[in-house]
Amino acid sequence: MLHILRDKRTMLVVLVIPLILIVLFGFTVTTDVNNIKVMACAPHRSHSVSEAVNHIQASPYFDFRGFVDACDIDRMLRTGQVSAVVVFASDYSSSGSYQMLFDGADVNTASTSQAYLQSVLAGSAAASPFDVHMLYNPQMKSSYNFVPGIMGMIFMLICAMMTSISIVREKETGTMEVLLVSPVKPLYIIISKMVPYLLLSLINLAIILLLAYYMLDVPMAGGVGGIVLVSFIYLVLALALGMMVSNMVQSQIAALLISAMVMMMPVIIFSGMMFPIENLPWALRWISYVIPPRWYIDAMRKLMIEGVALCDVVLEVGILLAETVALMAAATKKFNDRLEQKGVNFKIL
Amino acid sequence: MDYIIEVKGLTKRFGSFAAVDGISFAVRRGEIFGFLGANGAGKTTAMRMLCGLSFPTEGSGMVAGFDVMTQGEQIKRHIGYMSQRFSLYEDLTVYENMELFGGIYGMKQADIASRSRELLDRINFADHKDDLVQSLPLGWRQKLAFMVATMHSPEIVFLDEPTGGVDPITRRQFWDLIRGAARQGTAIFVTTHYMDEAAYCDRITIMVDGRIKALDAPSALMQQLEAKNMNEVFVKLCR
Repeated sequence: MLHILRDKRTMLVVLVIPLILIVLFGFTVTTDVNNIKVMACAPHRSHSVSEAVNHIQASPYFDFRGFVDACDIDRMLRTGQVSAVVVFASDYSSSGSYQMLFDGADVNTASTSQAYLQSVLAGSAAASPFDVHMLYNPQMKSSYNFVPGIMGMIFMLICAMMTSISIVREKETGTMEVLLVSPVKPLYIIISKMVPYLLLSLINLAIILLLAYYMLDVPMAGGVGGIVLVSFIYLVLALALGMMVSNMVQSQIAALLISAMVMMMPVIIFSGMMFPIENLPWALRWISYVIPPRWYIDAMRKLMIEGVALCDVVLEVGILLAETVALMAAATKKFNDRLEQKGVNFKIL
Repeated sequence: MDYIIEVKGLTKRFGSFAAVDGISFAVRRGEIFGFLGANGAGKTTAMRMLCGLSFPTEGSGMVAGFDVMTQGEQIKRHIGYMSQRFSLYEDLTVYENMELFGGIYGMKQADIASRSRELLDRINFADHKDDLVQSLPLGWRQKLAFMVATMHSPEIVFLDEPTGGVDPITRRQFWDLIRGAARQGTAIFVTTHYMDEAAYCDRITIMVDGRIKALDAPSALMQQLEAKNMNEVFVKLCR
């Protein structure tokens, strides 16, 4: 319906928020760590030590700040002038042994820099015991991880939250009453409320995919067709969820709260976007199996990053489809029930 | 006599509570039928049953020739409805609202155009056809809502406290509209709290605790109860 376009605020929320989120998450909220300040401590500056230091200097992840005396290491770390120090053993050239010291106050930076430093130094050492390959994401870019996660979140936000508000708003303004008295079928009302948001979300999907591809260099390895198809199912699912919420509550505030608390939090926590599902306690892991974004994000990761064909995400897609149908049925049912229940509310008034 | 609404023993129970308790009445074509009662007397519940929004627990009723028990959908097609709350889309223009509701009732584009011109001319509002409803004062909005409710030329229009919060002059104009529509043969079923408005009705019913306490022309009721005005009638009956 036309009036969604008239509502400037909604349009802003719907079209601008995804942009901001994707840029924010894609660029800033990454677990990539750049420009780690590093110093080296080497009692014996052999040829292999300077070779290792050259490697560190060459890496874009590190900002090499020179050498430091052993007695100053603690002070440098404590004052925050550096966040990592590599101490080369005096027999480094022969044994290849070294010690790494990190500022553990920032755990994420410390653990990430540890991994980086190790791989850089391993590359320089004559004989590396392991040969580590990161499949699909060789540079370990976190935007690869985040983009599917954000997509799962944004569509929940827009489709579910916006639609949930839209129907409740009609209840508040009283237009819903008139629609109910009119010969329009409830299912038709629901569909006509969903279609505009579906269109908006599709525009969003296009924007996000373009941004991800051109700005964040996320590969669309599995083919755009599959990604769009799976996203479409997910969109309808989110819309149905929003419908159900709005049929249950009576005010816009309640709809907003429910969308935010009941839907956003689980999405963030249980979808595997932030925390690996495998790390969750078993009870919570079971909950995560019911949460649609989990399957969507899973499927998106596979399609985008690993580049599998559509038939390899059949399980995810199947679950999404089943949940969509179930939610649609529930939303329509709830809508019908409402009509009778209204009478009960009037009794109380 | 040709009745547009005919109701016998209509009852709606919620659990053991009877919101509407066996009411019977009939409304003629082109009649302005006032439906009065204190808050919670069951007016709205009764109206919802007549509009096909909720099913009666007992009793029978015909609205526009259709059974309220089984033909709710057909009833909806033949009635107009205006709720106590303002109910047009504020972010659509006057004409877009008419277009939307005309479309909902299955009117053709050409019919919508001619009908809306006719209606807007009647309230001298054709100049404001493309104004956003938001920008209009409440009185105008209410008149407009009534026009929209009669877009599809229904045989009967249900008005649920249509003049709540409207100033006396606009209320008078509003009632002129209602009477105009009634003269053209549209029956009007109206609930109200304003007793001076009750005097405009051809006949009124007063509901108390889910039952009809009185049903007659306003002047006849005043005579029966030896009341000077409708206010007194209402107070005497409801006490």
